Amino acid sequence: MSSEPKRKKKAGAKPTIGVFKFASCDGCQLSLLDAEDELLGVVGAVEIAYFPEASRNMVDGPYDIGLVEGSITTHHDAERIQEVRRKCKTLITLGACATAGGIQALRNWKDVDEFIRVVYATPQFVSTLKLSTPIAEHVPVDFELRGCPINKYQLIELISATLAGRKPNIPTYSVCMECKRKANVCISVARGIACLGPVTQAGCGALCPSYDRGCYGCFGPMETPNTASLTSQFRVLGQSDDQISRAFRSFNAWAWQFRRASEECKPT
Amino acid sequence: MSGRGTRTIKVDTLARVEGEGALYIKMAGDRVSDVKLRIYEPPRMFEAFLRGRHFSEAPDITARICGICPIAYQMSAVHAIERALGIKVDPAVRLLRRLFYCGEWIESHALHIYMLHAPDFLGYQDVIEMAKDHREVVEKALRLKKIGNRIVQLMGGREIHPISAAVGGFYKVPGKAQLRELMGDLQWALNTSLEAVRWTSTLQFPDFEQDYEFVALRNPSEYALCEGRLVSNHGLDIDPAEYEDRFAELHVKHSNALHSVVRGRGSYLVGPLARFNLNFDKLPETARQAATEAKLVPPVKNLFRSIQVRAVELVFACVEALRIIAEYEPPSAPRVDAPNRRGVGQAITEAPRGILYHRYAVDEKGTIVTAKIVPPTSQNQRRIEDDLREYAAQLAAWPLEEATWKCEQAVRCYDPCISCATHFLKVIIERE
Repeated sequence: MSSEPKRKKKAGAKPTIGVFKFASCDGCQLSLLDAEDELLGVVGAVEIAYFPEASRNMVDGPYDIGLVEGSITTHHDAERIQEVRRKCKTLITLGACATAGGIQALRNWKDVDEFIRVVYATPQFVSTLKLSTPIAEHVPVDFELRGCPINKYQLIELISATLAGRKPNIPTYSVCMECKRKANVCISVARGIACLGPVTQAGCGALCPSYDRGCYGCFGPMETPNTASLTSQFRVLGQSDDQISRAFRSFNAWAWQFRRASEECKPT
Repeated sequence: MSGRGTRTIKVDTLARVEGEGALYIKMAGDRVSDVKLRIYEPPRMFEAFLRGRHFSEAPDITARICGICPIAYQMSAVHAIERALGIKVDPAVRLLRRLFYCGEWIESHALHIYMLHAPDFLGYQDVIEMAKDHREVVEKALRLKKIGNRIVQLMGGREIHPISAAVGGFYKVPGKAQLRELMGDLQWALNTSLEAVRWTSTLQFPDFEQDYEFVALRNPSEYALCEGRLVSNHGLDIDPAEYEDRFAELHVKHSNALHSVVRGRGSYLVGPLARFNLNFDKLPETARQAATEAKLVPPVKNLFRSIQVRAVELVFACVEALRIIAEYEPPSAPRVDAPNRRGVGQAITEAPRGILYHRYAVDEKGTIVTAKIVPPTSQNQRRIEDDLREYAAQLAAWPLEEATWKCEQAVRCYDPCISCATHFLKVIIERE
């Protein structure tokens, strides 16, 4: 988070927000429109200067806050993010694509040209990079908001904190904490279901365990994940190395802790 | 504007659509020489990385194609895989899936009608500007959208990328009392949807009728969402398994989304207009009556009236959700077993924007060997270009800026989801 105090603007001028999209599903920026109860309040407090999904009105920067969704997968986008960074005082990435490369980072273990041939009849029309990479591999990022998708309440907290110049209250502990708080019986201990909860950052409200299934890691690695220990526990539960590797390789596959864990049980 | 000379209509970043695209139209006088809907959304190649994953992961992975209609992806995925495995779900699960889908329709249609589409008719840049003059309408829209989202959230844990859908059923199903809590809100949503039908009828529509081939799912006993035959007003009547025999996908240089055509015929239209025209008789009485009162009778051939048709579909979704909740008895188990088995399965379901086709081949270990996904926006893409060819010609005498806005509006009538088709819209009209 940028610790710089906010520059004084002329009286009455609202802080400006720009929303930028790279390779992604649109879900994280939609979270802003999904904050039905808060939306009119938010737009009263800030000026949404650039948000093509919601408005034709596209005001050029600079912006006080840039919200960036999506990962970098093309040469053009690798250049565009530099420009976006230059225009934004505070740059915040939204979600697993922007923060960890997203599900499309599964290409990073494969031959991307073969991938293109699977999907497109005329591969030479398609221009893409070999890797899908998070924004922070290209430009400095002030805060990375996790999740696939992000939690809209965390987004509102983050915007409020940024405007107030304080540290956002966004926990980095694991999903297990949320399960305990909800008084969920541990599905892994009680029922032997493989669950990524112990190594995954909180933020979803322990949704999957509350719906009788194992966590599949939407919020990426928690602060200090012990993936090796979880891998051995998964083996005890009868999971094959292939299954374990796949579990780490989903929406946050390219986050280094998950990447390493997936490679340790399945050499690439 | 004189009838002479070339002009270019270009919209570099098309607003209020989901994803990234641009529109480019080149004109010589009143003749349109080129139309390109450029989809520059970077390719994400889901079909490639689904290979090697277990079929049980497909609903979670394919949901990530689109944050606006994840349920459509989950529903097409589970139905296709269940066909590949040859399993049948509990009738109560079938109903719950319809309810789940109704939630997404309400959320998505409310978003499009009021927040993305209405500003065009009322002359605003966006819903925020519109809210200054029409705060009450916008507040109603937000509540309506929220009610759709509540259904999704209750059944799936969260609005975007819900986590409960599974091959064979759900991970967990709601109890009767939980669902009944939604009824009060849904009754309000139904009344508001009826109001939406009346309200959208007061808008001004350009005179623009086209001879479309409408394609939608049709089910003899209901307004089709997940099961049925694929039919058209030009005589098409097939099982979803025959889809690829009758439709082809073309790869064009200017778009990262493939263009679909009916083999031997060309472009076609999917989505609200197609469903309404082909399945009007399957709409609940309340929805039919509201449509008739709004002088909306099939066949509706004016694309701009899609905002009215979406409102009628909102009525349907509310009536259907209320019916399902009233009848609901929980299934004996949330899902049936889905044992690994070799097979191929196809399914088509009605996403808010139109039909969404999935095909999977799985091996004896349950691993996906091949996957194919044809989203609604790539099916409409060729049709959007055909429409613009006609429409831009009609606007030849208009000042460039207004013509550009009008063309953008025509594209927005499709509620294109470019994230799906790969994503966003910019319009360029070039006039000589």
